[in-house]
Amino acid sequence: MTDEVIKAEGLTRVFNKSLVAVDHVNFGVENGEIFGFLGPNGAGKTTTINMLITVLKPTEGTASVLGYDILKQAGNVRNVIGLVPQEYTADEDLTGYEDIILCADLYGIPRDVAKERAADLLKLVELTDFKDKKVETYSGGMRRRLELACGLINRPKVLFLDEPTLGLDVQTRAATWEYIRKLKKEYGMTLFLTTHYLEEADALCDRVAIIDHGKIVVVGMPEELKHSLGGDIITLSIREDADVSELIRTVEHVKEVQNEGDSYRIKAEYGEVTAPLIIEALRRKGYTVTKLMLTEPTLNEVYLEYTGKSMRDTEESREAFSAQRITMRRARA
Amino acid sequence: MMSELNEHHPSKLHGIWALTNRELKKWYKAPVIFLLTIITPILWMGLLGKAMNIGAIFTGTSIPLPQLNPQLTQEQLQQLGVYFAGLQSSIMKGAFNTTDYFSFMAVGMIAFTALFTTMFSGMSIVWDRRLGFLNKALSTPVSRAVIIFSKVLSATLRSMFQAGIIIVIAVAFGLQFGANFSPLNILGVFAIMFLVCVGLSSLFIAITIRSTRMETPMAVMNLINLPLMFASNAFFPTKFMPDWLQTIAKFNPLTYTTDAVRQLLIFNTDWAQLALDFTYVGIFAAIVASIGMVLSWRFLSK
Repeated sequence: MTDEVIKAEGLTRVFNKSLVAVDHVNFGVENGEIFGFLGPNGAGKTTTINMLITVLKPTEGTASVLGYDILKQAGNVRNVIGLVPQEYTADEDLTGYEDIILCADLYGIPRDVAKERAADLLKLVELTDFKDKKVETYSGGMRRRLELACGLINRPKVLFLDEPTLGLDVQTRAATWEYIRKLKKEYGMTLFLTTHYLEEADALCDRVAIIDHGKIVVVGMPEELKHSLGGDIITLSIREDADVSELIRTVEHVKEVQNEGDSYRIKAEYGEVTAPLIIEALRRKGYTVTKLMLTEPTLNEVYLEYTGKSMRDTEESREAFSAQRITMRRARA
Repeated sequence: MMSELNEHHPSKLHGIWALTNRELKKWYKAPVIFLLTIITPILWMGLLGKAMNIGAIFTGTSIPLPQLNPQLTQEQLQQLGVYFAGLQSSIMKGAFNTTDYFSFMAVGMIAFTALFTTMFSGMSIVWDRRLGFLNKALSTPVSRAVIIFSKVLSATLRSMFQAGIIIVIAVAFGLQFGANFSPLNILGVFAIMFLVCVGLSSLFIAITIRSTRMETPMAVMNLINLPLMFASNAFFPTKFMPDWLQTIAKFNPLTYTTDAVRQLLIFNTDWAQLALDFTYVGIFAAIVASIGMVLSWRFLSK
């Protein structure tokens, strides 16, 4: 078996013969990494996940998970994967514990093994004290953690997370990332996640694929992607009324200078080293720097660079929208 | 390799009880819902069965006697009373095959319950789809057929339980058992309920599984529910219906279900008719369940 745990080749899904949700996508996910699919709503992230977890059949192309073909060996794939869906699927009328055991039964795990694992997982996601309470009393973050626990009951080699923090507030989101890291460390899995939160991709993923309109635009490590933009942005103002663009351009590592009237927007590699050099060069010519700001590019800039637009909400199918609305509402409960 | 990955070798049917029990738990673990499923048939029987006191229509008090001249003697009036009482029971017997409309109608309630309970089994799959549980289940090694059959099974078990409750309540309200009734006949009632519910819920699931919203299946259900209910012998004998309606009723599985339950509980059992009822409902269940499950299975494997 190669090191590639997930391998997609020309993976395509067309809905109703005309809507191309996923368009000849190729990628590989390496063993033990957290691989993120980043894109706006409707970009094809969930469709891709649904194909990889054998819920949807590709219209064209195929993929393999741990060497098993998603079409020909779907049964094997289902045995080795876990899913943490975008929605809160735990039954509200059941207790947290009952929900985990239900998941175990779906995998055909013997009851004694299931009980042991459920106890371990509940402890790991810190829900032991609430395990006999009905899920309808859980908060959004607790529900998310329960979903994580359910997704791990079969000790999957690959865990799929679809929008793992959708609708959660910032703090709960950060806490959920911690749980995901902890679970990954504990069980040593490969993680495939989709998100439309840039911070999430940045904070959690080893590698990110940016997907837009069903196509992968770019793949790489977040740092690498940010670096590929050509460095940091330095914004500065001087007291004197003169155009110093040419002067700044002569400084080492400076790649681009834009005079924006009362300030200059400078693109430079190694911004933290370059900024003092610029100040020094200006001072030597008698100019005084009054303001300076250094910004490192975020994935937002990367996204902007590669798709030509900011993360936007595209029109979605009503089904996806209403499902998402229910999820959001429950997350806030 | 296989043994390493699939350590537990689950059977092809694993998960069926877990999924069925999930549905049932929502019902028996929720006291309010559970209580309502018991109260509803009481209300129906109490209101419909007792309000529509059809037998009373044929008694002397509701038919104005012609003013005869000369006046009837006390003795003649008494005879007339006995005659009318006899007339009433023979009219009832002729129309309903029992002298008690309440008994007739209470048994019709059993088919009614089957129809409504199975209808909601279809609804629950729409919820499972919208809330993502269906996708989650589809990503596990549980077979597609098990996912569908667990819905059918839970609706069926629930209907059978409710049928039992209805019989108990109806007896408390004064259901008159047929002459050759034996407690074993109750098992027959459960058997026919099992068949018709498997058929109906497979049908409803096949209808609803494709919709992503509640409104569409609701409208479809309402469209087919009432005709199914009233173009049957559940509340009124088919023989007094117009011909075209009788034809519909003749194909309606609920007619055969209700008749079977009546043969078992309140009529003087006509074994040939009972055999026909079971055969018809059995064939209906087999055909509709196969079609329904194949359609659903194909949808889930899209």
